[in-house]
Amino acid sequence: MMPAVESGTLEKRPPSLPSVQTVTLTVNGKETKLQIAPWTTLLDALREYMDLTGTKKGCDHGQCGACTVLVNDKRINSCLSLAIMQEGAKITTIEGIAGTYTDAPAGLHPLQKSFIERDAFQCGYCTPGQICSAVGLMNEGNAKTTADIRELMSGNICRCGAYTNIVDAIEDVLNEKAA
Amino acid sequence: MNSFTYTRTEDVDTAVLERSSEQTSKFIAGGTNLIDLMKENVERPTRLIDITHLPLTSITDTVNGGLRLGALVTNADTAYNEQVIQRYPLLSQTILAGASPQLRNMATDGGNLLQRTRCYYFYDTATPCNKREPGSGCSAINGFNRIHAILGTAPDNSGLGQPQCIATHPSDMCVALAALEAEVRVTGINGERTIPFADFHRLPGNTPNIDNTLEPGELITSIDLPAKGFPKYYAYLKLRDRASYAFALVSVAVALEMDGDTITTARIALGGVAHKPWRKPEAEAKLIGKPATKENFQAAAELLLAGAQGFGHNTFKIELAKRAIVRALGQAAKLEPTA
Ligand SMILES: Cc1cc2nc3c(=O)[nH]c(=O)nc-3n(C[C@H](O)[C@H](O)[C@H](O)COP(=O)(O)OP(=O)(O)OC[C@H]3O[C@@H](n4cnc5c(N)ncnc54)[C@H](O)[C@@H]3O)c2cc1C
Ligand code: SF4
Ligand code: FES
Ligand code: FES
Repeated sequence: MMPAVESGTLEKRPPSLPSVQTVTLTVNGKETKLQIAPWTTLLDALREYMDLTGTKKGCDHGQCGACTVLVNDKRINSCLSLAIMQEGAKITTIEGIAGTYTDAPAGLHPLQKSFIERDAFQCGYCTPGQICSAVGLMNEGNAKTTADIRELMSGNICRCGAYTNIVDAIEDVLNEKAA
Repeated sequence: MNSFTYTRTEDVDTAVLERSSEQTSKFIAGGTNLIDLMKENVERPTRLIDITHLPLTSITDTVNGGLRLGALVTNADTAYNEQVIQRYPLLSQTILAGASPQLRNMATDGGNLLQRTRCYYFYDTATPCNKREPGSGCSAINGFNRIHAILGTAPDNSGLGQPQCIATHPSDMCVALAALEAEVRVTGINGERTIPFADFHRLPGNTPNIDNTLEPGELITSIDLPAKGFPKYYAYLKLRDRASYAFALVSVAVALEMDGDTITTARIALGGVAHKPWRKPEAEAKLIGKPATKENFQAAAELLLAGAQGFGHNTFKIELAKRAIVRALGQAAKLEPTA
């Protein structure tokens, strides 16, 4: 017989109503006050409370990269971060990527253009995460070779297997930047 | 997830005090392990104390020529730190073999030490697990145990009896820290202390619910690397089911000092095989004063795996670990390429 989950070290606690609090997030340059419970992840805050549904939920456990966003210009998995922990940080989602690239005038980010040119997707579900991750990769500046790009993009799974074109798209932009 | 309250603290003393005033509270750093486990109801803290704003985010020189990694430095910032790359390349390489760039940007050095096992049953609250619920049994011993331990599983010193837990510690970083003989600095309500890395994690014995020797409520403030960094002869070999973004089935960190062809210092630490990074002084001693040859490496590998026990799906790890040790030693001694 399976032991009851309630026994042992697990605490028994009566159900209680969620305690909502005010959390101010700065997303894509805009400050928004949200009324959310402390256990709301950054991913859920973006999707469910701010209607920024570009960021996707794939696994909700850090295993796929679909939820990748930039926090203070660094790529992270928004499913494993609490929104409340990101108060005061600068958050950038796929909705805020266009027009942010300093070398380019308004319009699509070079990576977005390159993904279109290289047809770097099929269903597109992983694409926002791939692009945010690639922006992070460029900010980090550690990818020198094709093999580096593959390794440093390994945190983004593409179920459609568009990897070859994704790597090409990123490589094009890196080469352009270096030229 | 269970309901909890959240506080953010900016200084170490307040963090430690808050933590000790509520037994069921927890510190949260990168959150990459804790939030994952909270979503599965494996961890159910009543309060989270956010320590990411504590002033423990820098890498500095120590008085005895080593390097101090603040507990809240991210894994990425550690791996790409110029001092770490130059003086402790084994550590840099090992960190970069783990997780993904996104996770390494969030994960902290202190949190990495305290990440919990990836045993499937530990994550599944519908199954018995002595680590999650002491006394409920171990589902892995007669279940799927491909990723599980082959060393150090005995319930007590007699080495007899049924193991209580065959989980492995999943960290890569810790394997390098074991080889480098780092020290862990901690602060609790009773003050500060330093724990040698070999004593930080523990074997499961009869209390597999306890992963390490940290007292409840103690905060890791830094990980101190000794002066000796083995920048010349080192290797980290990680074997896994795919080339990247997967935990190790077996991993080997090697750090050597050589005089010509002769080995003068040897450190070998294994990951993925036990409840803690696995070292064996006899195996390392066996290499001292010896030339770097495959035969000598093989002899050390046999000693390191002495007493290893498989549980079915994971029995392949015994031979895999031996071969990995021989190859990693060859790479460290520059007898074979690292790719
Ligand atoms: C999909 C995935 C793949 C991964 N792959 C790998 C891999 O290949 N190799 C690898 O090594 N790791 C891997 N990891 C694990 C990752 O490295 C750890 O989750 C991470 O290092 C934990 O650090 P954190 O800061 O996020 O810890 P948190 O999740 O914030 O905390 C973990 C625990 O440590 C406690 N804690 C944190 N900091 C302190 C402190 N300073 N003092 C006292 N207690 C503290 C917390 O209370 C909590 O109990 C992977 C994780 C995921 C999700
Ligand atoms: S191996 Fe350890 S963690 Fe896994 S089910 Fe057994 S007791 Fe639990
Ligand atoms: S949804 Fe966050 S990594 Fe998969
Ligand atoms: S395009 Fe479909 S998952 Fe990547």
